[in-house]
Amino acid sequence: MARRIDYWGVLTRQLISQNPVTLQILGICSALAVTTSLATALTMSVSLTVVLTLSAGIVSVIRHHIPDSIRLIVQIVIVASLVIVIDQVLQAYLPDISRALSVYVGLITTNCLVLGRTEAFARHNPPLPTMVDAFGNGLGYSFILLLLGGIRELFGKGELFGIEVLPLADAGGWFTPLSLMLLAPSAFFLLGLLVWAIRSLRPEQAEAPEYSPPRTATEAAE
Amino acid sequence: MTGLGSLFLTAAFVDNMPLTLFLGLCTFLALSKRPEAAVGLGVAMTGVLGVTVPLNHLIYQGLLAPGAWAWAGMPDLDLSYLSLIAFIGVIAAAVQLLEMILDRFFPAIHAAFGVFLPLLTVQCAILAGSLFMVERDYTLAQSLVFGLGSGTGFAVAVAMLAAIRTRLAYADLPAGLRGLGIAFVLTGLMSLGFASFAQMAAAQ
Repeated sequence: MARRIDYWGVLTRQLISQNPVTLQILGICSALAVTTSLATALTMSVSLTVVLTLSAGIVSVIRHHIPDSIRLIVQIVIVASLVIVIDQVLQAYLPDISRALSVYVGLITTNCLVLGRTEAFARHNPPLPTMVDAFGNGLGYSFILLLLGGIRELFGKGELFGIEVLPLADAGGWFTPLSLMLLAPSAFFLLGLLVWAIRSLRPEQAEAPEYSPPRTATEAAE
Repeated sequence: MTGLGSLFLTAAFVDNMPLTLFLGLCTFLALSKRPEAAVGLGVAMTGVLGVTVPLNHLIYQGLLAPGAWAWAGMPDLDLSYLSLIAFIGVIAAAVQLLEMILDRFFPAIHAAFGVFLPLLTVQCAILAGSLFMVERDYTLAQSLVFGLGSGTGFAVAVAMLAAIRTRLAYADLPAGLRGLGIAFVLTGLMSLGFASFAQMAAAQ
């Protein structure tokens, strides 16, 4: 029983308190690029979670057989093979979304999140905890992606999953879409504000100031 | 010639890698705390992109593209699904080679940014350069210019962000916004500025 609770902790602590995107700064590239609509964000989340879980599992299974000096190349080849499979599946069954994601599916290969987890965790742990950990990280990543995707699609187009939620002013409704939400800058702003919000709720995540200003003459005199 | 010149400017400013395409953000944010490190990273990026994109172009056209094996009697063979693995291998090898050459002939330069070179293997901007090259069907000359251009754009952006962050050292930010949070907001503001380049390109 104790071990199951342990797994549950490994799985859930990645959602907010150890979130891979906002705390560990891993895998931001794709998190920002694919969040213009909820559908692409969801596809990307599922793809990344699958690749992450499987690659972590495989690396963990063969962890005693990989020579240390070439481990990065071995890990990259495993990840790249899985990404090729995912890419082919997407092209076959979801051609529209695959085109919308463009090169970003291929870029899962170099997503620092995948390599970070295999390098930091899968290399030293047996398969089951590794896969739970990887799955938890995938969920944390998906959570941020879906949140950003939801906000950007809702305010940029007044839709969720392509279904109209806020009636647009063009079509007789009241909502004027904010086209800035669909452009690059809004993704940076939203993620910056999200980081701020999470760190305000959990002050222990805030970074220490890098410099402390020199004391002024009046302060020194006191 | 003008075609190549405008391709260079487009790659560097309109389609700026970190600011409009969100590529290479991990290193972009992690190494922009000091201007010296940022400039080193920018130079390394330009060098690696300028080498790997044309190299991958040759490999893709010669071995992987549909019909590349027609001379061997296999015109139907389409190996393009292997391009991811091939590109990553080329990038890893090129980075390693570049590091060895620099170490041997230009030890001063190697010492200046030697730390960042191995990191570039897993940089998404570099792999994306090669993937865009395939997606947009560039010729060899175009891919060279595209690689150098996007590297330059990355270097400019990362040097600017580093300069701004150094300036902010004495700013009294809210605790939660310090570090990563403000870096994102700054990047967003810079991205707004770079969006105006896209308007200029559209107006032409």
